[in-house]
Amino acid sequence: MTHTQNSTQLSDMYMQKCKKMVTEKHNYGTAILSAFEYLLENYPEVFVIGQGLWSPWYVGNSMTDLDKKFGVERVIDTPVSESACTGAAVGASLAGMKPIVVHPRMDFMLYAMDAIVNQAAKWSHMLGGQANPGVTIRSIINRGGEQGAQHSQALHAWFAHVPGLRVVMPSTVADARDLLIASVLCNDPVMYIDDRWLYDQEDDLPPVVELDLTNQQPVVSIVGSDITIVASGHASLLAREAAEQLKNEGILVEVVDIRVLNPFHAEEIIKSVKKTKNLLAIDSGWISGGFSAEIIAKVVEQLPVDCLNNPPTRLALPDAPAPVSRVLEKAYYTTTDDVVNIVKKIVKS
Amino acid sequence: MKNQLKELSNPKKFHSPIVIDGCDNDILVSMFESMLTIRKTEQKLAIGRESGLIGGPVHLGVGQEAIAVGVSQYLQNTDRVFGAHRSHSHLLALNLDFYRLFAEVLGKETGFSKGMGGSMHLFDQPNGFYGSVPIVAGTVSLAVGAAMAAKMQKTDDIGVVYIGDGAVEEGVTHESFNLAKIQNTPILFVIENNLFASHMHISLRQSSDKISRFAVANDIPYELVDGNDVVAVSQAAKRLIDDIRSGKGPRLLELVTYRWYGHVDWRDDVDVGVERSLDDIESWKARDPIARLSKSMIEAGFWNQSQEYALNQRLDNEIDQAWDKAMNDPYPKLNSTLRYVYAEV
Repeated sequence: MTHTQNSTQLSDMYMQKCKKMVTEKHNYGTAILSAFEYLLENYPEVFVIGQGLWSPWYVGNSMTDLDKKFGVERVIDTPVSESACTGAAVGASLAGMKPIVVHPRMDFMLYAMDAIVNQAAKWSHMLGGQANPGVTIRSIINRGGEQGAQHSQALHAWFAHVPGLRVVMPSTVADARDLLIASVLCNDPVMYIDDRWLYDQEDDLPPVVELDLTNQQPVVSIVGSDITIVASGHASLLAREAAEQLKNEGILVEVVDIRVLNPFHAEEIIKSVKKTKNLLAIDSGWISGGFSAEIIAKVVEQLPVDCLNNPPTRLALPDAPAPVSRVLEKAYYTTTDDVVNIVKKIVKS
Repeated sequence: MKNQLKELSNPKKFHSPIVIDGCDNDILVSMFESMLTIRKTEQKLAIGRESGLIGGPVHLGVGQEAIAVGVSQYLQNTDRVFGAHRSHSHLLALNLDFYRLFAEVLGKETGFSKGMGGSMHLFDQPNGFYGSVPIVAGTVSLAVGAAMAAKMQKTDDIGVVYIGDGAVEEGVTHESFNLAKIQNTPILFVIENNLFASHMHISLRQSSDKISRFAVANDIPYELVDGNDVVAVSQAAKRLIDDIRSGKGPRLLELVTYRWYGHVDWRDDVDVGVERSLDDIESWKARDPIARLSKSMIEAGFWNQSQEYALNQRLDNEIDQAWDKAMNDPYPKLNSTLRYVYAEV
């Protein structure tokens, strides 16, 4: 009796709380913008530095008017110096700030590899845990539109190879906001990678809840029983779209969205594959030495040899730079249809 | 190569005692003791390395002690100092704890970096030393960022980064000069121009031996002085640091000096040194910053040889004891390799 009463009371309280919660309509880009606003409003030690921030047309709608709202002292547009600006953000983080350095295209960020790989990722370890560069490096995958080899790369696998560097790839509108906030609040260096091909997604978001990045795991975003697709970033969106299509044909796909590539926790994935007994890893990077290989390795080494009904499969970019010419480009990038076709091949074999 | 350093780079010059007129005697003695402590510490490291007790490389700065000691005279422990591969002196000039340096170089958990860094990755932030790393120019931009933070935090703290003449051959150094200037950042770039990057003389690497030409290029005020004259170094540093603390933006201090040992470890590196001769080394040793200050203080009458002898004895004893203690300290626990990868929650 008492128990029922309590439940009812709790339930009423919960309903009232829900009524107070106002959801906001967002797309992926405005979700990122709202994360910046939340951080700049609530954390005086947060600042943003990078190219184009006073005229952020490079970054879709994800940084509009931040300089006007929070001032050019905290939203700093910079010289064309990826290396120094990234290093400066690392240095500021060692001095108690929470900087976010923005690279509107990942390709240009390669000038900053020393600051990211040699410095940010190593200072905690080299100095006995006494220096913690809590810097967030936002880099954007921006490709298609006949932009070619140097305006296209998805190099998350490189960064996921580096111990000490957390690598985050949000694929949903909610994660775009919440994982950016979690990245900035984390005491470790974080590579936060968003993809312009994700920006059109829409969702209603509840108010911000601050997540602890160190606890974030891959999540099952669609439940299914015939095959597990594991992906991150834009590849996760392709997986979700393919799963919807395949449902109509009676194939039930389970999609696991990795979200955090490093440190990579595969428990959810292994659990899923044990259930579906089929594994497809898809990735926005190149196939050789890429993250799809890491997914399969992590799963296979922990599964009994006879657990899979089919050999695990990878779907990723061919081992070639992105071509410019539209015919070549169209054939180069993975599409939802590619995912659908390969799933059918696996499941029906 | 243009010889724009003129006499400053001539090893036959500047052998005479330094000018100490108007200086506080106690401060001079204190700077003397700091320089001597740093030298003896590094000489102990040279012995430890040669004997094999130290397992990893040590980049020794014997002969260059006046620079860190002179610059640190006007630093506070909330400043943000960054070093490079040859940074024992930069750390010790802020905190003469040679025992913890020995422990670190020996990879012991009592060391400055808990035995995780060794000679090339040093940390003593409570005394202002944010860190040193061996990637040439790897800390220049970090120091600019830490200095930008000082400004955002509305303190009068400054950033300091020690780099060598080789570091201006890295692109990021020029990006950092420009960024510091455009942001009016409170930072002092200290250039230890010892004329060599590893084995190679500056004449084989650059069109001029004067590094401060890059300060001119970025409209950063600078001073260029004899790096083996601790009074000249400290006075120039004071002028520049005063400017920086009062919000005038970045400054650069170029100091001409020479390292007695080779690029790494205890050898002379005459055999691997392009344009490095024994004659040059001997001439540079005659421009010894410690001996020159000693002579000046003795001539001025407030220091004598028996005091210096006693100081030598005391330091030798303390250094030997610290070394023995560090040798007996424990190594880091085996779980340390994974423990420090990420921040502890």
